[in-house]
Amino acid sequence: MTDLAQAIVNGILIGAVFALVAVGLTLIYGVMDIVNFAHGEMLMLGMYSSFFAWSLFGLDPLVSLPMTGLAIALTGALMYYGVIARVLGKSPLAQIIATFGVQVFLRGLAQFLWTPDTRTVTGPWADDLRIRVAGVVIGGPQLIMAIGAVVTTGAVALFMNRTRTGGAIRAAGEDPSAASLMGINPQRMYALAWVIAGAATGVAGGLLMNGYSSSPTAGVTFVLMAFVVVALGGFGSIAGAAVAGLLVGVAQGVVGLYAPSYTLAAALALYLLVVLVRPQGLLGTR
Amino acid sequence: MSQLTSDAATSEQQEPRHSVRRTSWPAWATPALVFGALIAYPFVMQDSAAHNIGILALTYAIAASGWNLLGGYTGQVSFGHALYFGTGAYVTALLVRAGWSPWLAIALSLPVAAALAVVTGYPVFRLRNHYYSIATIAVAEIAFLLVTNTSWLGRSNGLELPITEQSLANLQFSLQDKRPYYFVALALFALAAGGLALFLRGRSGSYVRAIRDDQFAAAAVGIPVHRYKLAAATVSGAVTALAGGFYVMYVLFIDPQSGLGLDLSVSFTLMAVLGGAGRFWGPLLGAWVLVIVQDVTRHEFSGTGRSIDLLIYGALITIVAVTEPGGILALVQRLVKRVRRTEATP
Amino acid sequence: MTLLRVEKLSTRFGGLWANRDISFEVENGALLGLIGPNGAGKSTLFGSIAGALRPTSGRLFFDGRDVTGWAPHEATRAGVGRTFQLMRVFASMTVLENLTTAAYVRHRNSGVARRRAERVVEAIGLGPVADAPAAGLTAAWKKRLEMGRALATEPRLILLDEVLSGLTPTEANEAVEIVRRINADGVTIVMVEHVMEVIMPLCDRLVVLHYGQKIAEGEPADVMRDATVVEAYLGKAA
Repeated sequence: MTDLAQAIVNGILIGAVFALVAVGLTLIYGVMDIVNFAHGEMLMLGMYSSFFAWSLFGLDPLVSLPMTGLAIALTGALMYYGVIARVLGKSPLAQIIATFGVQVFLRGLAQFLWTPDTRTVTGPWADDLRIRVAGVVIGGPQLIMAIGAVVTTGAVALFMNRTRTGGAIRAAGEDPSAASLMGINPQRMYALAWVIAGAATGVAGGLLMNGYSSSPTAGVTFVLMAFVVVALGGFGSIAGAAVAGLLVGVAQGVVGLYAPSYTLAAALALYLLVVLVRPQGLLGTR
Repeated sequence: MSQLTSDAATSEQQEPRHSVRRTSWPAWATPALVFGALIAYPFVMQDSAAHNIGILALTYAIAASGWNLLGGYTGQVSFGHALYFGTGAYVTALLVRAGWSPWLAIALSLPVAAALAVVTGYPVFRLRNHYYSIATIAVAEIAFLLVTNTSWLGRSNGLELPITEQSLANLQFSLQDKRPYYFVALALFALAAGGLALFLRGRSGSYVRAIRDDQFAAAAVGIPVHRYKLAAATVSGAVTALAGGFYVMYVLFIDPQSGLGLDLSVSFTLMAVLGGAGRFWGPLLGAWVLVIVQDVTRHEFSGTGRSIDLLIYGALITIVAVTEPGGILALVQRLVKRVRRTEATP
Repeated sequence: MTLLRVEKLSTRFGGLWANRDISFEVENGALLGLIGPNGAGKSTLFGSIAGALRPTSGRLFFDGRDVTGWAPHEATRAGVGRTFQLMRVFASMTVLENLTTAAYVRHRNSGVARRRAERVVEAIGLGPVADAPAAGLTAAWKKRLEMGRALATEPRLILLDEVLSGLTPTEANEAVEIVRRINADGVTIVMVEHVMEVIMPLCDRLVVLHYGQKIAEGEPADVMRDATVVEAYLGKAA
């Protein structure tokens, strides 16, 4: 029984991180109706920047979180102005292919610059922490990742829903012409959305380095999870991503307990189930 | 029934309009030119390396043309089309290793691929397009993992095919003079192109383009969207499998990396997009360009384990999408129009 | 003979009832106007009739058959054509190709479908733009293309969604003439419109929606004198 409880607890903890990984993706979709197929690669870059902050400057992944967030926030802005802004009016095909192209490019760049080898942060501070509650062990890295994820997800949600700028971004997303009549610059709001999505994704990457390794294909591994979470939670809903992240995490954890090699298949099955039964997801709007 | 459009119209009935053809370019001219060039190629270029490039280019052109039907013409962008290529290759390999005729084996791999296409698309085709794209990533990933973990599929070591007596029936030819392989590839390309052309003209062609342009408006004019997406997916998967089946007979080896890899899917997408997605000869053009580029980069950057391929592919895809989504052919079309316009003005 | 019967149709989005208990009938050959202030639920109603939406409750009958919740392509095959308020043309095709695509629902052969399309071009005056790419058309031409495309499916009932808005007086007059001719030809029409001067002389019956509910129905003159209708448009204490 404690095995199951352990699996569930681990699932919840990793689920919080899944949620954060998905936040950037669902945010962009909610505001701009664009699926960022390069999302996984932005996460991968976040992981790498955290790694290099550690290997080059000795900064613990937790300490370098702000830097990592900033780095990917800038990446987001670059992506918007360099690519997205130029395909906004074009066909859905062009938009899909544009972000897909960036994905391939970033993966190739990572492979070219840093080789296919995996990079790991050894001995992060989080490792020193270990809690035991009612027979369930909560590892430091898992706990730190989860706490960081929850805080960041909450921050993004609060910003989008409770601040004026957040409201402006959402307005620009719903009706750009009406928004501009109200004095909101839609292009700037879109860029801001990409910056926030980038920041959240960067932080997610930095948090993940507490327990995972980075590699050029890390993005591919995590992005599938992100898509499942976003589909389950509902494209465009941050709250949905939060809930769905936890569900997917727990599902993964439980399946991993009984059939470890089928966790990926379980995620796919979950995706297909959601899509068949309730395409708009739990809390989705589109 | 509305009299407005019935045959027994009013006496003011005019002659049915014929659209004014601005160009005197006959419909058969482009295929004649293309195939003429393709037939001439192995005689103009005499060395084996050039023949190899041609064979690979034609093989991938078939695969990319399959992608193009679903992605370029129907608007359903697949990021995992290597799945069908791999299916063609693996099914053919398994059957040939069991003693079957290669031709029969390839033929049988087509319906298997078609079935997979239906399975992938069926749950998601009712929804918006990005659901399908995501599903293709997921399914291809699963297939890759499955094959890598299954012993009778060779795991990551792959499957080897036996060398048999050289003959057309065995689809086995000399490696010194690769021209027979080239012409088989060309014949298969012609077959695939013919099949695709048949699908794309008339009702099914208009229907899938309508689905790509606006699937809600398409439904409103009576198109059963889900059914036609599945039809396009079926043909698309089968055509791409044809390429995979031939490939494994040429190389006599298949493994997850060369048959199901993510990078292979990427290259199919790139070939079609670079050449011109939604244009008939786009994939052929893109395939030739890419195979040649690959050959060059292999020579320039070989041995460092740091391939620049992906970098170039990604950059190319993005640049095409951002500047001219219609690819090289669209650029050419724009140029021709501009030349015509300057010719017309005195 | 009743061609279309809407029976207590209700559609709910989240917490909002876009359509509430709407019932009315449309006679074969009629020209019915569907009016009401913005947000009254007119487009939602069209969506339910055309199969684009599934109503939450209520029933829909076409030609005596219960067709509630049918799919859009089924509706078109059965003879219900529609236009879209936000014009949805097939951007990669010319005007003629747009029409041919629509004609295929009745004629499998490409030559026959194309000839049908050409007749529609003649019938509604799309001649000048027949070979033009649909994407580059002005709004007025696009609206006419939408009408033509619906017509090319050889419908018994056409749902026209604001085909007159945004047109110059000349364009509007032409469009009205086309609508009249289509109706005179035997096609039943239900049209959503805001331009009152047009609706009054054109339609033989009106149905008025307000906040998702039907508040009036009848001949135009009577309906426009109805106090509840006046209030809906002008607010209380007019």
